[in-house]
Amino acid sequence: MNILIKGGRVIDPKNKIDAVMDILLENGKISKIAKNITTKTETFIDAHGKIVAPGIVDMHVHLREPGREDKETVSSATAAAASAGVTTVLAMPNTHPAMDCAENINLLKKIISKSAKINVLICAAISRGRLGQELNDFVKLQKAGALAVSDDGSSVDSDVLMLAALKAAAKCRLLTICHCEDKSLSCFGVMNTGFNSTRLGLRGISKASEYKRIERDIKLAEKVKAAVHIAHLSCSESVEIVAKAKKRGVLVTCETAPHYFSLTEEALLDYDTNKKMNPPLRAPSDLLAIKQGLKDGTIDAIASDHAPHTENEKNIEFERAEFGVVGLETELAVGITELVTPGILSLSQLMQKISLNPSRILGIDKGTLSIGAAADIMIVSADQLWTVEKKKLLSKSRNSAFLGKQLRGVVDYTICSGKIIFKR
Amino acid sequence: MLWTRKDLLGLEYLNREEIELILDTASSFKEVSTREIKKVPALRGKTAVNLFYEPSTRTRVSFEVAAKRLSADVINIAAETSSVRKGETLIDTGKNIQALKADIVIIRHNCSGAANMLARALDISVVNAGDGWHEHPTQALLDMLTLQEKLGSIRGLHVTIVGDIAHSRVARSNIWGLTKLGAQVTVCAPEILIPAGIEKMGVNISNNIDQALKNADAVNVLRMQFERDANAAFPEQLEYFKKFGITSERLAKAKKNIIVMHPGPINRGIEVSSEVADGENSVILEQVTNGIAVRMAVLFLVSQGKG
Amino acid sequence: MQIKAKIMDTEAVERAITRIAHEIIEKNKGTEGLCLVGIRNRGVHIASRLAACVKKIENAVVPTGALDITLYRDDLACASGRAVVRKTEIDFDINNKNLVLVDDVLYTGRTIRAALDALSDFGRPRSIQLAVLVDRGHRELPIRADFVGKNIPTACNESVEVRLKESDQVDEVLIAVKE
Repeated sequence: MNILIKGGRVIDPKNKIDAVMDILLENGKISKIAKNITTKTETFIDAHGKIVAPGIVDMHVHLREPGREDKETVSSATAAAASAGVTTVLAMPNTHPAMDCAENINLLKKIISKSAKINVLICAAISRGRLGQELNDFVKLQKAGALAVSDDGSSVDSDVLMLAALKAAAKCRLLTICHCEDKSLSCFGVMNTGFNSTRLGLRGISKASEYKRIERDIKLAEKVKAAVHIAHLSCSESVEIVAKAKKRGVLVTCETAPHYFSLTEEALLDYDTNKKMNPPLRAPSDLLAIKQGLKDGTIDAIASDHAPHTENEKNIEFERAEFGVVGLETELAVGITELVTPGILSLSQLMQKISLNPSRILGIDKGTLSIGAAADIMIVSADQLWTVEKKKLLSKSRNSAFLGKQLRGVVDYTICSGKIIFKR
Repeated sequence: MLWTRKDLLGLEYLNREEIELILDTASSFKEVSTREIKKVPALRGKTAVNLFYEPSTRTRVSFEVAAKRLSADVINIAAETSSVRKGETLIDTGKNIQALKADIVIIRHNCSGAANMLARALDISVVNAGDGWHEHPTQALLDMLTLQEKLGSIRGLHVTIVGDIAHSRVARSNIWGLTKLGAQVTVCAPEILIPAGIEKMGVNISNNIDQALKNADAVNVLRMQFERDANAAFPEQLEYFKKFGITSERLAKAKKNIIVMHPGPINRGIEVSSEVADGENSVILEQVTNGIAVRMAVLFLVSQGKG
Repeated sequence: MQIKAKIMDTEAVERAITRIAHEIIEKNKGTEGLCLVGIRNRGVHIASRLAACVKKIENAVVPTGALDITLYRDDLACASGRAVVRKTEIDFDINNKNLVLVDDVLYTGRTIRAALDALSDFGRPRSIQLAVLVDRGHRELPIRADFVGKNIPTACNESVEVRLKESDQVDEVLIAVKE
């Protein structure tokens, strides 16, 4: 199927394009970008007044399959993703069973080939069963198709094991992604430590539990010259530590999630479990630091940390509710609303954070509209307002932190490998 | 000033006038308990449900007596013996109680925010009888009623709250209520039991009980909640008593008429000596009596506030 | 609310209370076993003035109490029934007493009904009599006053405003029209 997209504002940070142009897609690839393409195609999309940009590459997604198909499936998550411009996701390994051996990865690959509507990449577990005790065979995991390793959901507590993991990952050029949390410090906490946790009578999760572990992981990565990616930064100290490490030349990259630059712990004052996540929402000063980190480039990427949980797991006492929120369907709009509209990032810079940079970090040829690249594209009405409604979300779980919020930016088309997989 | 809320969830959510209305109403209700026939028909035909997820005798009985003196019917549900044990969620339990056409749910729960959550889910009145470490509004109200009776007015009083501030809903409710009514509150505890950012609630912090008692008109002695947080490091009991226990020797150095309060049940010899607990500065039993009046006032007001 | 007419001034209020005091003494043949209970709020003020008059006339102290009937109101359950509860103070035994219940205005009779219910929770007086400063008619219950300061025929859209020095700085009775 050949597609001609005409008259849109094409944004491709990699090739420094930001202009009204036409794009021709042939055989699943981008074949031409120019003003006034007149080639006859089977499909024609009028993109006047819209943004045409590379599809989102979300490098932190919990698909829940295999094991917790009640929360989400590859099919439902990728349909949700497609509706919001996401064309590639990196699936986190904390499934049941965990992605800790070739066999499990093959199982997931089978599910993906059968039901995924977009590109699904696989992140394998660092340790056996994600228990932080026994290192997995990274070479085998890589051969089976893993692109990165992480024990996400948990941190590897043992310094020795973490060092070994970084070394092994560097050797086979796998990216190590770190969920940074020192559980001896966060100790059963459920929200950020401070005045608000005190007034709500909830156990705190200190910022130190996050940034001390980031400090350690960076130190270990530096020691063995391994590439390390820090997941979901939430507080100012973390941004500072990463900035310093980057300055000294450590191979460190990092991401934050939309909720950390749009919400603070004050959103928890009525015990809304849809605002409960790990790391927790922090103070307003942290939100500012995250925004600043995005602006100055310390924070490379934005990823949703899409974490579906059922109503049963969320509509209960705050302390007992699961951590995490869904985010695939809101990440672009939250980015536009909270970063582009107030002028913190340009649209082009936002595209870089949600598409190009994650591709670079993962070492994949995505996030660009270069000639010959896979035709993964979103077409967006960047100024259009919409309200997040529970019943309209496509994800199997509806635990969004943005329910009822008005956001800016609507996806009109999502094209993956040259196929229109979503049309509003 | 009219009451307009269907629920009482905490004193943080009330303004000064609302707190004063509860206290005024409570002091009117005190008289009912002195009659030979200790009953008024104000809540005749209403049903109040005591939904208790934590063992509690004193608060449950106090609410039960209060409801009965208002002629309401009272049903007690203890979580250990109900379908909660069979895995029913709090909201489902609440909705079932609502379907029974009860008018008020009085909830005690070990999770902070449980009352808020239930109030959001139900149309009937919800009264918080203590949720986790969050709030215990009726306890603070009865403490304030007792102070008001003893000392005339809350405004300008120096009140010291000593003990496990970190894990105490009684402390939080007292701090909100007392500061809103113009008292100066000092919280006193070992550093480890002072929660983060509590100074933003408008209190002074002290780690020295002798200093904290110096100017105090009243001291509210909290129970050491050893059962509340298995993970926290607690000071050793004798050591705590030595450093923070309220003893006659300590009171001798404080204001002569200093009032000693305790929400009960008392750990004698851990947070307060027997001599003080039973001494003439102690108002511990008057607090219990005032608890009935305060709870009558709260039950009466929330059932008025639904219209 | 628009004031239509002044029905009683300071002197008229004074005279009415004095007369009622005489009538109470006459009817009860003295002050033996007599007690007064005023209904909050203005009935309480009238009751204490009556007690003062009785003291002047008979040189005897009559026990006087205050009754808040809020908790006995029959409209408590309605949305419009939001009410402030005030103190009831009857610190004497009412059993076997001749109790005079005192209120400012007698209208539907529902307040008196509630007061009778409340009193029965305090004991069993030998008799209960009713004294009011103004009877404006429109009864909804079979209740009548034993002592009346002034009968004032009124329309339903009118209200009777009793003002007393204790709470309103002035003694007067006005008729107002509800708008």
